[in-house]
Amino acid sequence: MADINWQNNVKKVAKGIRRRVLEHTINCNGGYLSQACSSAETLSTLYVKIMNLEHISTPIMPRPFPGVPGANNKAYFTGGEFNGSHAPQYDRFILSPAHYALVLYACLIETGRMHESGLDYFNKDGSSVEMIGAEHSPGMEVTNGSLGQALSQAAGIALAKKLKKESGKVFVFLSDGELQIGQTWEAFQFISHWKLDNMFIYVDVNGYQCDGIMTETMNVEPLDKKLEAFGAKVYKVYGHNPEELVKPVAEFIPEGRPTVVLASTNPFEGIPLLKNNAPKYHYVRMKSEQEKNLYINELNKMKAPGLIIPGMG
Amino acid sequence: MEVSSRVHAYNLVKWAKDKPQVLVMSADLTSSTEIDIFRDDYPERFISAGIAEQNMLSVAAGLTREGFIPFIHTFAVFIYRRAYDQVAMSVAYSNLPVKMFGFLPGITTPGGATHQAIEDVALMRALPNMTIFECGDATEVETILDSVLAVNGPVYVRMIRGDIPRLFDKNEPFVIGKNRLLSFGTDIVIVSSGICTEEAIKTVAAIKSKGMSVTHYHISTLKPFNSKDIIDSIAQSKYGVISVENHTVMGGLGTIIAEAMAEAGVPKKLLKLGLQDKFPHGASKKYLMREYGFDAIAIVAAAEKLSGKNLGITEAELKQVDIKPMHSHLKAEDL
Repeated sequence: MADINWQNNVKKVAKGIRRRVLEHTINCNGGYLSQACSSAETLSTLYVKIMNLEHISTPIMPRPFPGVPGANNKAYFTGGEFNGSHAPQYDRFILSPAHYALVLYACLIETGRMHESGLDYFNKDGSSVEMIGAEHSPGMEVTNGSLGQALSQAAGIALAKKLKKESGKVFVFLSDGELQIGQTWEAFQFISHWKLDNMFIYVDVNGYQCDGIMTETMNVEPLDKKLEAFGAKVYKVYGHNPEELVKPVAEFIPEGRPTVVLASTNPFEGIPLLKNNAPKYHYVRMKSEQEKNLYINELNKMKAPGLIIPGMG
Repeated sequence: MEVSSRVHAYNLVKWAKDKPQVLVMSADLTSSTEIDIFRDDYPERFISAGIAEQNMLSVAAGLTREGFIPFIHTFAVFIYRRAYDQVAMSVAYSNLPVKMFGFLPGITTPGGATHQAIEDVALMRALPNMTIFECGDATEVETILDSVLAVNGPVYVRMIRGDIPRLFDKNEPFVIGKNRLLSFGTDIVIVSSGICTEEAIKTVAAIKSKGMSVTHYHISTLKPFNSKDIIDSIAQSKYGVISVENHTVMGGLGTIIAEAMAEAGVPKKLLKLGLQDKFPHGASKKYLMREYGFDAIAIVAAAEKLSGKNLGITEAELKQVDIKPMHSHLKAEDL
C-alpha cells in the first residue's frame, strides 16, 4: 500500500471492519459488534502502518479445523500463517482477548490476508474460523480465550526473540477488562524485569465489560499511573485517530521498557445506533424485527461510500 | 542403604551442558528445587520469574513457540494448584514441550497442607496431552531427563530432593513406560510409586521371609500407563493387589490400577494405600506415613487383610531389611 495514503488506507480498512462485522451481526442475529466499533482503527493501524509483517500476495482461505494439538496430530497448524513468516526480522501479532476474533477476521480480509469468503465459515462446525478463536483460527497463534494468558505467552515469545537476538517486535492487542486479572500484572512485572522493550501492547480502553461499565463492575483506573509504576512507557491516545496510534512506535527509542498504548475508544464508534445498548455492549443481539431493520438501514448507509466517516462518530 | 545428596542439582548441570535450548525457570525457590548450581553455571539460561507461577507457565509456553525447552522448577502445588488454568490452556492444550518439575510430592514436606501435593497426579492425569513421571530414587532422578526431553509435549515430574536413597541399579536407567519388576511371586501383587517403593521393598522382604510369594512393581510412568504385565500378574495372583502411593487414593496410582483392572475384567481385590480422602498436616515424613497408613507396616497389614493370614511381622524385622540397589526382573519367566 502506498505510504503517503496510509491514513486513508487505515480509515478504509477500519470502515470495512465495522461494515463486515455489522453485516455478520445482522445475518447471525448476534455478534461482537461493539468490539469492532472500538478497535477498528487500532487493528487497522497496526496492520496497515505499524507492524512489519510479511506481505501476503494472495488472500488465504481458512483451512478446516485440523483437530486439537497433540503429539500425533501431524496436520496441525496455527492461524499465524495469516500474519506471514516467523522469520527473525518480522514482527509478531498476538491477539489476547479471543472474543475479538470476528473483528480480527474482518481486519485480515480488509488487509488482503484472508479470503473474503473465509468469513462464511465463521462459527460453522468443522471450521477453524471459530467464534471465540483459538490458535488454529486465522491471525492467531496462541490459545487466548482464557483471558489474561496471552500477554504472558507473548512475553515468552519476546524473551525468546531477545535471547536469539532477533530484531522483530512483538505486538499484543489487549482488552481493558484483562487489566482486572492478576496474571496480567504478573506479566507486566515480568516484562519490565526482563526489559522486554521489543513488546508493544495496545489496549482497547473502551470502558465496558460483559456486565457493563468497568468503573462500576471493577475499576482499573488510573491505568496510566499503574502501568508506569509497573515500568512501562505509557501513551494515552485517542483510539480512533490513526496518527495518534502510530506515534508511540514512530518515536520509539529502546530503553529497556515495554511500550503500552492506552487507546481510549467508544464501543459505538461508527455505529451510533449501538448507543441504545448502553451499558451492555459485550455481545449484541437484535431484540426485534424493528431493531434489525434499523441496523440494516445503518449497514446500507455504510455500504454507500463516503457517507460515514470513521473517526467522526 | 546408599543415600545420595542433591542428585538433581549436579546431574542437571552436567546433562544440560550441551543443550542450549534448555532453559530453567524458577519461582523464587532456586535452592529449594536444586537449580542453584545451574543458575550459577549458566546464568544466561536461567529465567527468574518470581513468585508469579501463573505468568511463569504462560511465559514458558511462549518460549517453546520459539524453540526453547523450559524446565519449570517449583513446588508441585504451585504448578498444578496455583496455575492449573495456565497449565491446561497455555501449555497442555497446545501440547507444548514445557517440562514441569514439581517438588515436595505428598507428605515429603513438613510444610503442611499448603505445601503438600496430594492430588497432583489426579489433576494432571485428567489433562489431555500430559505425560506424568514420578521419581522413586537417585537412579531415576539421574536418568529421567533424557526421557523428559524426548516426550513431544508437556511433562510433569513428581520430583524428590535432598538426601534420597538409591533403590535401583545405576545401570538401569529410567525408561518411559517401563515398570520395574522388583519381585516375582503368585500370592499377592504390590504396586508402588515414588517414596512408597522404599517402604514396599522392606515389606516384600519381610513377607517373603514368612513364606508368602509377592510380585512387586515400581511405577515411574503414571501416564501413559503401561498396564499389560501388571494386569497379567494381578489376574494370576491368588489374593489380589495392593497399591501404595504418596497421594490421595482418589485419582492416583490406586485409581489407575483400578481402571486398568476393570477394563481388563480382572476380578481381584484391590487395597489402595495412600491418603484416604484426607488432607495431611505439617509433620515429618515418617510420622505422616504412619499416621495416614502407607508405610511398611501398613503394607504388611494390608497383605494380611488381603490374604487372611497372620504374618506375624514386627517393626524390628522391617527395620532390619537392608536395601541394596536392585535389578529389575526383565521377565517373570527369568526367575
